Amino acid sequence: MKAIIHIGLKPGVLDPQGRTIARSLGDLGFSEVKQARQGKVIELDLAGEDITIAETRVKDMCEKLLANTVIESYRIEIED
Amino acid sequence: MPRNSKNKPVITPEIVAEHGLSEGEYEIILDRLGREPNINELGIFSVMWSEHCSYKSSRRHLAKFLTKGDKVIQGPGENAGVIDIGDGDAIIFKMESHNHPSYIEPYQGAATGVGGIMRDVFTMGARPIALMNALRFGEPDHPKTKSLVNGVVAGIGGYGNCVGVPTVGGETNFHKGYNGNILVNAMCVGLARTDNVFYSAAKGIGNPIFYVGSKTGRDGIHGATMASAEFDDDSEEKRPTVQVGDPFTEKLLIEACLELMATDAIIAIQDMGAAGLTSSSIEMADKGGVGIELNLDKVPQREPNMTPYEMMLSESQERMLMVIQPGKEQMAFDVFEKWELDVAQIGKTTDTGRLVLKHQRKKVCDIPIAPLADDAPNLDRPYEIPKSLPVISLSDIHETQDYDDALVRIISNPDIASKRWIWEQYDRTVMTDTVDSSQSGGDAAIVRIHGSNKAVAITTDVTPRYVQADPYEGGKQCVAETWRNLTCVGADPIAITDCLNFGNPERPEIMGQLVGAIEGMNEACRAFDYPVVSGNVSLYNETNGQAIPPTPAVGGVGLIPDLTHFATLNGAKEGDTLILLGETTGWLGSSIYLREILRREEGAPPPVDLEAEKRTGDYVRKLIRMRRVNAVHDLSDGGLAITACEMAFAGNIGMSLNASVGIPLHGWLFGEDQGRYLLAVDEHSVNPVISTAKDKGIIAQVVGKVGGDRITAVGGFDVTLQGLREKHEGWLPEFMS
Amino acid sequence: MKTAVIVFPASNCDRDAAVALEKITGHKAEMVWHRETTLPAGIDFVVIPGGFSYGDYLRSGAMAARSPIVKDIVTKANLGLPVAGFCNGFQILTEAGLLPGALMRNTGLKYVCRPQKLKISNNNTRYTSKYGNVSEVTFPIAHHDGNYFADDETLNKLEKGGRVVFRYDGNPNGSARDIAGICNEAGNVFGMMPHPERAIDPLHGGTDGINLFKSIIESI
Repeated sequence: MKAIIHIGLKPGVLDPQGRTIARSLGDLGFSEVKQARQGKVIELDLAGEDITIAETRVKDMCEKLLANTVIESYRIEIED
Repeated sequence: MPRNSKNKPVITPEIVAEHGLSEGEYEIILDRLGREPNINELGIFSVMWSEHCSYKSSRRHLAKFLTKGDKVIQGPGENAGVIDIGDGDAIIFKMESHNHPSYIEPYQGAATGVGGIMRDVFTMGARPIALMNALRFGEPDHPKTKSLVNGVVAGIGGYGNCVGVPTVGGETNFHKGYNGNILVNAMCVGLARTDNVFYSAAKGIGNPIFYVGSKTGRDGIHGATMASAEFDDDSEEKRPTVQVGDPFTEKLLIEACLELMATDAIIAIQDMGAAGLTSSSIEMADKGGVGIELNLDKVPQREPNMTPYEMMLSESQERMLMVIQPGKEQMAFDVFEKWELDVAQIGKTTDTGRLVLKHQRKKVCDIPIAPLADDAPNLDRPYEIPKSLPVISLSDIHETQDYDDALVRIISNPDIASKRWIWEQYDRTVMTDTVDSSQSGGDAAIVRIHGSNKAVAITTDVTPRYVQADPYEGGKQCVAETWRNLTCVGADPIAITDCLNFGNPERPEIMGQLVGAIEGMNEACRAFDYPVVSGNVSLYNETNGQAIPPTPAVGGVGLIPDLTHFATLNGAKEGDTLILLGETTGWLGSSIYLREILRREEGAPPPVDLEAEKRTGDYVRKLIRMRRVNAVHDLSDGGLAITACEMAFAGNIGMSLNASVGIPLHGWLFGEDQGRYLLAVDEHSVNPVISTAKDKGIIAQVVGKVGGDRITAVGGFDVTLQGLREKHEGWLPEFMS
Repeated sequence: MKTAVIVFPASNCDRDAAVALEKITGHKAEMVWHRETTLPAGIDFVVIPGGFSYGDYLRSGAMAARSPIVKDIVTKANLGLPVAGFCNGFQILTEAGLLPGALMRNTGLKYVCRPQKLKISNNNTRYTSKYGNVSEVTFPIAHHDGNYFADDETLNKLEKGGRVVFRYDGNPNGSARDIAGICNEAGNVFGMMPHPERAIDPLHGGTDGINLFKSIIESI
């Protein structure tokens, strides 16, 4: 089983890297870009077969280490 | 790919050529082995006989260098040079190039360059205490330049900052000659005890060989289009050509190695740099006169199904090889495991004099070690030392009608403009022994020996336009300038490392630049008793037949025995008198003035009178130790005018220069005559400083005053210090924005 | 007086912190490895040093904050043990929840190392009492992730409680309300991005940092 965790800054938290990406895209003529947010993706290979258990465990991992919930939010996808 | 009956690839002339081996070289391999090599063996010969490992084009010329001296503990031939700085302390240092990788991937190229040079230093038992770098980029207008500067600077900082070694200085130039080939030369200085220096010679028979550090991946394997049958179909894609640095692992490796070095567990140690496991194992065996047997199944591997060829040629970073004292294996395992590093016992020393590799219970390589080293090609390439460009008479050089404008243009030109944008990205203060760094704009960085009252002074220098105009004089000049820079802070210059960056040595004029520069450098080394203790050579820096300007970068190291007596260019006070030591003729050939104001890159460079240089420098050092001077700065790019400005910036105080006597003003202010120093001294010291100089046969004259908030020269410029500083500080941030 | 410096993999200001503590207290600091589960007996003051613990991978300070020794430090800090974190140490203290907020990437996106002027916002804390009426100091800064972030409610609470201890004079990294250093409600836990341990020597970075160490040591 594979867990894919998307971590990004919470809405409202300044994202200087995202802002710079948006500005550079604008400079390149991609004027449709209104905003960019940069985050990270963590892939975990998991043992076990129970998706519900996996989701609970991965949520726990996010809360305990993978995301800093003061500034970051996360989204979990589990794949077979 | 042709195969023999056992479905193994046959070594065809094409495969030999792809490995960069000539027919003659291959004949030698056949003779020494008495049979055809297999692909692993061919790969090993190929890397060992490459330019990078064997110095085949330069070796016979490098042999001319002065490499010995009272303070030299170890000269060239080990991972780095070692000098004695008294009290049982040794300084271990080296400079190395990482040019091509930095052009391909500037962040990782520069980062792994810093990582590699640090490993060279701590491999020998030293804790790295300072980093420097000498960078050359293409012209600012070139489309690649900005992103290269960004990446290289971030890479140097990203690695050095993380490991926690201060980056204390360096130099950065821009010139169209580097458009297709940038230079990234990194220098590391480390501190060890003289009785605890580690060398690479393996000793003893049956002693365990340990592999420590990161796992081996398919990084930087140069096997060209090496389609060995043993590779997977998609192995080409699996081989990243760019090596990625991991400063976190490097930091752990430093701490772990130094911890184990404090015991008696290590017999020999060698880092796995270029050509990784191949060159490290062969160098250890060759120097110790022993054989080595490795079981490649034990090598920690990052990816499945790695072949012996890939493992032996991988350039994965942050790896070390060591011979451990029998009985101390567990101690070694414990230390490396504490630091969470991969560690494995992968082989042993033998009495066979051969390198034997085993993989999946088969012998995959069995070659005698001595020929790999002894028979390495030592070419005598044809060379023609280029004649110096003709001397240009000062009267043939147009005098500017607007000195304010000329000064502003020179102070803000890319080579002279402040590099604050760069060095603010480097941690200069970690380890809390940085007495002076790039921050002051000084001549040499000063790094205290921890817990003592002495310090090392470190500098890097070369003026490529001088070497281009006259390799021999330019070679003399780069060594002399480092000697002068060390002198400026009150240090006794001890020894140098060098990084000889040139074009294609197969062209006699390029080979001539190399030979001429080495001979000039060596002449200066001998005049100052200032030996070369380490270095590297980087050739083939050219694109489409366009070679870089010859760039023999020199890193000098000196000792300040007592930190109560040193100087920097910061310290001039209101009312101080400016004294110029050394002879001024107004030499403008190959000068910054000629290039920036008149757009002419021509003329013989200023000659270096080594005897006068030594006399003057020794006197400056004496004055510093007698505390006769408040500030000292040598004269280099841009001459007296720029030297005075830099001293003014550092001390945040104005300078007024007197009228020229007997020399046209542009030559007086901007001439680049060598062997000169500008001193700021108290009023009452003026007469003693000048009269003693005269007694010693040194030309000394009062050239101005310190004070106010303007930079002026009688008959020349008159600008505000603040306005000029804005120009000086402004160029690089504006360029990078 | 017994002090301790915590050492994580790739801490790199651990020696600097130990030198500072020895200079101020006259006694060598204990170097405590991150895998230890308890502090040595009788420790009066703990410094979490700067560096790139765990390579700054994932987030600066994130993994160090979950190490065994930090668990014990959190317990003891909550009982009143003085703990200071500088640079990466500050990041670790916020990740461990001992101090509020988080340190994000500098707004300039670049690592920045320079002597930095700071204003002392509160001279009556356990970390600043010896400064008397000095209101301005210069400490070196050297960081990539020093941009202090907290929500407005937290920031207001910090200000109201006198817990903003240092502010930047000329914000180098985009920190909210120019905040350079804060303490917890009880005043025993303190974190700042600048490096006071690099400012205890006239030959290196000046001596403005000495009083910070003296303040906390003498308060014990």
